[in-house]
Amino acid sequence: MITREPEFYTPALNVRGQFGRFILIHCRNAGLALLVLWEALLDLRFAFDKRSRPMVLGQLYITGIKSLGVITVVGLFTGMILALQTGLELRKFGQEVNIGAAVMITMLREMGPFMTAMILSASVGSAFAAELGTMVVSEEIAALEVMSISPVRFLVMPRLAAMMVMTPLLTFYACMLGLVGGGIVGNTQLGVSFQAYFDNATRWAENKDLYIGLFKAFIFGIMITIISCHQGFSTTEGAVGVGRATRRSVIISFLSLLIVGYIITRLFYE
Amino acid sequence: MIRFERVTKYFGEKKVLDGVDFRVTPGETFVIVGFSGAGKSVTLKHMIRLLTPDYGKVYVGDAVISRASGRELQKLRERFGVLFQGAALLEWMSVGENVGLPLKEKTNMSAPEIRHRVNERLEQVSLGHVYDLFPSELSGGMRKRVGLARALVMNPDIILYDEPTSGLDPVTSRSIDQLIDRMRKELKVTSVVVTHDLFSALAIGSRIAMIHDGRILEISTPADFIRSQNEIVKNFLDSQYITKRGKWEEQLNEAQKN
Repeated sequence: MITREPEFYTPALNVRGQFGRFILIHCRNAGLALLVLWEALLDLRFAFDKRSRPMVLGQLYITGIKSLGVITVVGLFTGMILALQTGLELRKFGQEVNIGAAVMITMLREMGPFMTAMILSASVGSAFAAELGTMVVSEEIAALEVMSISPVRFLVMPRLAAMMVMTPLLTFYACMLGLVGGGIVGNTQLGVSFQAYFDNATRWAENKDLYIGLFKAFIFGIMITIISCHQGFSTTEGAVGVGRATRRSVIISFLSLLIVGYIITRLFYE
Repeated sequence: MIRFERVTKYFGEKKVLDGVDFRVTPGETFVIVGFSGAGKSVTLKHMIRLLTPDYGKVYVGDAVISRASGRELQKLRERFGVLFQGAALLEWMSVGENVGLPLKEKTNMSAPEIRHRVNERLEQVSLGHVYDLFPSELSGGMRKRVGLARALVMNPDIILYDEPTSGLDPVTSRSIDQLIDRMRKELKVTSVVVTHDLFSALAIGSRIAMIHDGRILEISTPADFIRSQNEIVKNFLDSQYITKRGKWEEQLNEAQKN
């Protein structure tokens, strides 16, 4: 049951009590979010049936196509900034030709997945939380439950499917644009030819960097969806609650992306 | 059909339902009235297990819905149609898609069959022309009618109405009352209505239950309800000028004679 009973707590007696309650509530919320994830993963088997297909396609369009503009700008300029910053330092040692490798590896390993996930969590994830939060407040989620339509299958699964597909694709797109942006800066400001830039980039970057970057993006997509949808479902207290759920979904997503990003890097690059 | 057995519910330390006992019989329109915050909507939510009692049981037929889970709960909920206070229509779907949603998700009916059934239900609530409109294009009264069409589309045997006339002007409110009454007569459904609008309650109710501070104060027919000697009930009637006008008593007496 997604519709939750109102929660009431007696005031904590002291700081230790408050801290204990804080831990308890957050562990319980994490557990509930994991349950939503589990149910949504099980429901993925319905992603291509005729009932769910329009919803999945709609979400693919919203998360993918509608995010292309901002991803284009961010990807391009991230690559340009990286190339400029590293190029200016490398120039001191006459190594500016190596900006290709620096940009490519940084984009594939970290900046591509991370920047894409940040944008998606701020634009798409916050929209998920606000949409579902509004639906909770206006009793639409309760109406779905009463009609025996699972809100997870009907609302979360299409969003999860779309984010699982689109986050790696958009990450790859951002990485390629970053590479192009770096090339433009290298060529126009650092005097590195495109030929030398791309040769250097492809010589040092490995397939592993690409696969792990895309894997990271895939995990980030799942995290953003579940955190945002769970925050949306937990909405209480009307419009103020929707605002609170949206803000929390972005903050929790950002922090989780940083922490999980570090853990994945540590696991694969030690 | 629906039975509450000593149902008690706490929100924190506040007791919102205090040993509530009543029974709704098949085919009747059971109206629950009371002041704001008395526990009316909480009672309604227990019937469909959106809330679970802390003590006591809620029966639907012979099954205990307050303890059901999984498929059993799903099956029990399929017996209900619910008209929520704000109609709870999905804003991104057209009226037709909203009303047809349970059919699309829960049955194997083809698209033309769904469209036919949806049109039938929309006609039933006198809204044959709104199939392609979106909820944002509808007035408050129309939204409630669409909500009712959606509640009826799976042919439930129990319909719950949560404040069906709240936020509507008196003329639209009376037309919703007539619609509720017509549904009961035409479809032979059992209805439970939660309202603080006594005009509605007296017009459509087979029996009226007054809830106050989480307790059922009185359950009686409309005729007996307006003659109640309970001070809180009298106060509630007075607050809506029911007893002062006396018109209702005459009308209900005549209805009883007929």
